[in-house]
Amino acid sequence: MKNNKVVSSLAEAIRLSGLKDGMTVSFHHHLRNGDHVLNMVMEEIAQMGIRDLTVNASSLFDIHAPLLRHIENGVVTHLKTNYMAGGIGRAISSGILADPVEFRTHGGRPSDIELGRTPIDVAFIAAPTSDPMGNCSGKYGKSACGSLGYAFPDAMNARQVVVITDNLVAYPMLDWSIPETYVDYVVAVDAIGDPSGIVSGTTRITRDPVGLVMADRAAQVIRHSGLLKDGFSFQTGAGGASLAAAKYLRDIMLREKIHGSFGSGGITGYLVDMLNDGCFESLMDVQCFDLKAVESIRTNPRHQEISASHYASPSARSAVVDSLDVVILGATEIDTDFNVNVHTDSNGSIMGGSGGHSDTAAGAKLSMIIAPMFRARMPIITDRVKCISTPGRDIDVLVTQGGIAVNPKNQELLLRLKDAGLPVVDIHDLKEMVERTTGTPAPAREGGRVVANVIYRDGTLLDTIRSVPAK
Amino acid sequence: MEIIKRAIAGTLESSDAYVEIEPGDSGIRCELESVVEQQFGDSIRRLAEEVLADCGVKNANIRITDRGALECVIRARIEAAVMRGKGE
Repeated sequence: MKNNKVVSSLAEAIRLSGLKDGMTVSFHHHLRNGDHVLNMVMEEIAQMGIRDLTVNASSLFDIHAPLLRHIENGVVTHLKTNYMAGGIGRAISSGILADPVEFRTHGGRPSDIELGRTPIDVAFIAAPTSDPMGNCSGKYGKSACGSLGYAFPDAMNARQVVVITDNLVAYPMLDWSIPETYVDYVVAVDAIGDPSGIVSGTTRITRDPVGLVMADRAAQVIRHSGLLKDGFSFQTGAGGASLAAAKYLRDIMLREKIHGSFGSGGITGYLVDMLNDGCFESLMDVQCFDLKAVESIRTNPRHQEISASHYASPSARSAVVDSLDVVILGATEIDTDFNVNVHTDSNGSIMGGSGGHSDTAAGAKLSMIIAPMFRARMPIITDRVKCISTPGRDIDVLVTQGGIAVNPKNQELLLRLKDAGLPVVDIHDLKEMVERTTGTPAPAREGGRVVANVIYRDGTLLDTIRSVPAK
Repeated sequence: MEIIKRAIAGTLESSDAYVEIEPGDSGIRCELESVVEQQFGDSIRRLAEEVLADCGVKNANIRITDRGALECVIRARIEAAVMRGKGE
């Protein structure tokens, strides 16, 4: 009888999983920049002498820098991810991998896993609490991270599934996220992560006056979009100006007694406040960003955990993003055709990724980019972005402190905002206005060889990223 | 105008520039480190020479550490460094 899946060590679990040269391992990123699991697994794999692996990680943070050594040593030869922080990104941009990184989206990744396009041999699930049979959850334990949304497709489709936990509890663990039916082995370790890097204590809204002006404008755009009425649904990122926009939106919703249906995405305390204030009926949560969100998903039945597929998969029968009214998104660059770059910085070096950017932009009725006119002298608006992360056809409006540019494809929105007396400008004029302040930047240098392919949510190649010499 | 002592102006904050100037004896020597070198490096070097010429400085070593400052900011930082370096 198989009534205990707990194995004595991580090395033993890897051995039992049958991991061999050339296979694919996967990781999820709910422990964010506090994650110890990817590093401890890859270190163990390297010591066992297994090589030529593909790492499929939903996101990579700078805490995962030891991965660069495994790349140099040939332990890892292929990377698939949806987001890569700047430290890892610089190394990839300098060309340390022979084959290009495959960037997907938070919806495209689970879709491709489920369709068998990117099979996983062994999935390693960082679980803040698990029982000996692998019923596990992110809601409890010293390393609690809340939702385990991105780990679901890995657990449900990998050939072998290893749960790694630092809080092993008696069977059965109720209120599981991932059930034992998918889990092969359970490993108990001292710490799966560093709580201070897993969730922020509190996420704060910006105090920068420019950010507050943009946020106020963003809320006004939503108010006059025709979408802000009972049943309204909304998503925003955790950036300072986006959160400030959520706060202004909340004030409008409370004042005008508007009862929305749901907030979605990566959830912060601000969305939790909106839920508790009655702005929304529910929250659909694929990832928690702060302690308040973790507390809420643990205690409030109207705060619902969703899988990555349920969140954003284009091949699911439907996903949450398909029912979104408004999403507020960021950009490192946007061009005059409204294409958005969130993959590279102004020198072309990788420092991000789509995450759910293009999924929510494709699904939402109103996709808004909120960004300052320039950052450290670099204009936000260009003739052509260095990398297309989200195609311009899915973006409706750009909000900056200097004016609001509406994509000409959305004439209805343009008329509504003009009627409301909001400062609407043509994006070409806005670009000129910015360059009168910053000067016109010299054209970007040609990059070297292709270091990353940006794969759209439907599996097609959207753009490529070329190498940048390391400083 | 003559630079008679080392002087500084500005900060290393984002969107500012940190300017150091010191006496020199072989014309203007300019060193630039900028986060927007690729996009604005040449224009910043031209600006530095222009501002120093406007101030009547013929000999000086100037080092600019630029964190993405607008042109007006860099100009002000250079002028401030010159005023402090000319001594009284």
